[in-house]
Amino acid sequence: MSEIKYIQAPFDETTARSLRAGDSVRISGVILAARDAAHKRLCECLDRGEPLPCDLTGHVVYYVGPSPAKPGQAIGSAGPTTSGRMDAYTPRLLAQGLRGMIGKGYRKPEVVEAMKKYGVPYMAAVGGAGALISRCIKKYSVLAWPELGPEALALMEVEQFPAIVVIDCLGNNQYEAGQAPYKKI
Amino acid sequence: MKELSAQSITKAVADLCVEACCQLPEDMLQAFASARKNEPSVVGQDILGQLLENADIARTETVPICQDTGLAVIFADIGQDLHITGGDFTEAVNAGVHKGYVEGYLRKSSVAEPLFERKNTGDNTPCVLHVRIVPGENLRLRLAPKGAGSENKSVLKMLVPADGLEGVRKTVLEAVLAAGPNACPPMVVGVGLGGNMELCCLLAKRAAARDLFSKNSDPRYAALEDELLTMINSTGIGPQGLGGVHTALAVHVEWAATHIAQLPCAVNINCHAARHAEVVL
Repeated sequence: MSEIKYIQAPFDETTARSLRAGDSVRISGVILAARDAAHKRLCECLDRGEPLPCDLTGHVVYYVGPSPAKPGQAIGSAGPTTSGRMDAYTPRLLAQGLRGMIGKGYRKPEVVEAMKKYGVPYMAAVGGAGALISRCIKKYSVLAWPELGPEALALMEVEQFPAIVVIDCLGNNQYEAGQAPYKKI
Repeated sequence: MKELSAQSITKAVADLCVEACCQLPEDMLQAFASARKNEPSVVGQDILGQLLENADIARTETVPICQDTGLAVIFADIGQDLHITGGDFTEAVNAGVHKGYVEGYLRKSSVAEPLFERKNTGDNTPCVLHVRIVPGENLRLRLAPKGAGSENKSVLKMLVPADGLEGVRKTVLEAVLAAGPNACPPMVVGVGLGGNMELCCLLAKRAAARDLFSKNSDPRYAALEDELLTMINSTGIGPQGLGGVHTALAVHVEWAATHIAQLPCAVNINCHAARHAEVVL
């Protein structure tokens, strides 16, 4: 595995474009949490010409719908959800200044094209490791649409959140590169 | 006639919800450890190590293995000589799901209606309940919470007899390739063969929920399970789709009688959090 890169979020385009597919990263700082319903609502705000609940510039979005926190915990189990369900909304949000994405699974070609255009890397966290990942999340606060429950738009304070860059700003794809040596059929 | 109260069913279901979502079965842990030892990909080894650590935290702290604690899929085998007292069986089971998911801090992922409002029911009810009437006087409840990442990659193909074994191989391979990292590999692949459309899907679901090291009792189908596993692990997808030889930990096949003109084939993929818990009352 490559050397680990430690990055602070939110981050700028230079940092985004310096990341390469296959890089292991540890992210500290503040990131957004949003999944299907919040993405739909963000795009509905844009449709109506309304301001978004927060400026997306420089933000990393984590596709997650956590389980409820037990008393004394910041958050419950909080692993990544499947990114492809956000593909329909993603290019519009990247145009708004979103700077990084964390999820799991394949992305559509039009999303990769938008990533190259705007300079946005896509990173994967380990799907199904929600109990382990939650230890890196120090604070979870709902920013908008609390009625969506686990699907609300939220801010997260993270410390050394582990992820792997799977598609970088040049379109290099670590799913393809990683699988190729083991593909026998 | 043996009597069983609805309240005791509710309590048993609530306990199963928490147990299944927070305690990965021992056979899965063994499979992770063995895969980590044999996985040539360093990234794959690291991921398998993280899955073991994750399972340990979940068990120790009683937090969900995965935040997607799924729809609660419940297989109930009701002995025909059992008398359920003090309430409606289905209501008692759903009351257990309510209690388990609310009191157990599990995620509520059920929406009341699929297309227009999609309003969350707030307690993960209703469950998906599959009931069989069987000989005896016991109630066997098996709960297999199923998240959407893997469930969304399910496939049903209404193959015809001429498609044969090759058609089955092709259907399973295409399903796994389409699933890739989205279904959180290393996966457990359930395959249903025969029956009709709805029975075939249920066979695949029952197959995916079987104990990991179980084999089909018919040696021909047991051999097919091994063959399909080798095929799937030749795709290179590997742990989390980042490459390796452990794309699946097991393939389970269940079959049933079918029509002279049919060979239905269903594939239901389970993620590595292949959760299930069982109790006999």
